[in-house]
Amino acid sequence: MIPLAYPLTLSALLFTIGIASVMIRRNALMMFMCIELMLNAANIAFVAFSRAFGQLDGQIFVFFVIAVAAAEVAVGLALILTIFRTRHSIEVDDLHDLRG
Amino acid sequence: MNLETILFIITGAVVLAAAIAMVVTRNMVHSALFMVVVFLATAVLYLVYQAPLIAMLQITVYAGGIMVLFLFVIMLIGAEKMSHVENLRWQRPLALGLAGVLLAETIYVAVTTTWLQPGRELSNSVAVSPDFGSPRAVGLVLFSQYLLPFELTSLLLLVAMIGAVVLSLRGERER
Repeated sequence: MIPLAYPLTLSALLFTIGIASVMIRRNALMMFMCIELMLNAANIAFVAFSRAFGQLDGQIFVFFVIAVAAAEVAVGLALILTIFRTRHSIEVDDLHDLRG
Repeated sequence: MNLETILFIITGAVVLAAAIAMVVTRNMVHSALFMVVVFLATAVLYLVYQAPLIAMLQITVYAGGIMVLFLFVIMLIGAEKMSHVENLRWQRPLALGLAGVLLAETIYVAVTTTWLQPGRELSNSVAVSPDFGSPRAVGLVLFSQYLLPFELTSLLLLVAMIGAVVLSLRGERER
């Protein structure tokens, strides 16, 4: 029997690693990968809660999170590719043309 | 300290070590491969928590689909040769400090609300049927109670597919 605090702590640690890394990185692909890390942290929390309460709703939510993450990655990577084709750089500091 | 807890601690340690290695390493291909390790270890964690369908979906979609997409994009843009110099002076300690505050807050809330309250300790020892988390059980709930989000997700995937194709068209109007 594993107390619920263990997976929640793991989820919190993973989420914090992801968000700290997104704030530090300037490479668009790395930021994307750390966003996926944050989504996985939330999924772990969902599955742990679903088991703790004996209801399947948490797992259904994880199902939808995985589907939405797949859609988001497809469009996001297509965007990064298109940006790289015109600017030859994926550092987000170089993408400042919309700034007034 | 039974076998389940030991299994959870080992898998959790693998997840954390791979996540830290992923954010620390300078090589993008190594980051992507560490990400695959994170996904596979998370799938093992789902199996510990009696979610076999979600574990298989994680391996198929995340490790087998999303990471392959990442590796393709890394190959196409030549990211393994990109320099990794991030010139942030005061943002880095601020980001790490704020992330530490968030971590302390989250762990405090998680521990005090689920562990330290007598009579309300939550764990994974609630009795569930052996069917819990199986494709049959998840399908029964998914197609009855969550049918609308399911159909909307399929619409979302269609839109994402169209968007990805349109974005990757190689500017035929420019010719």
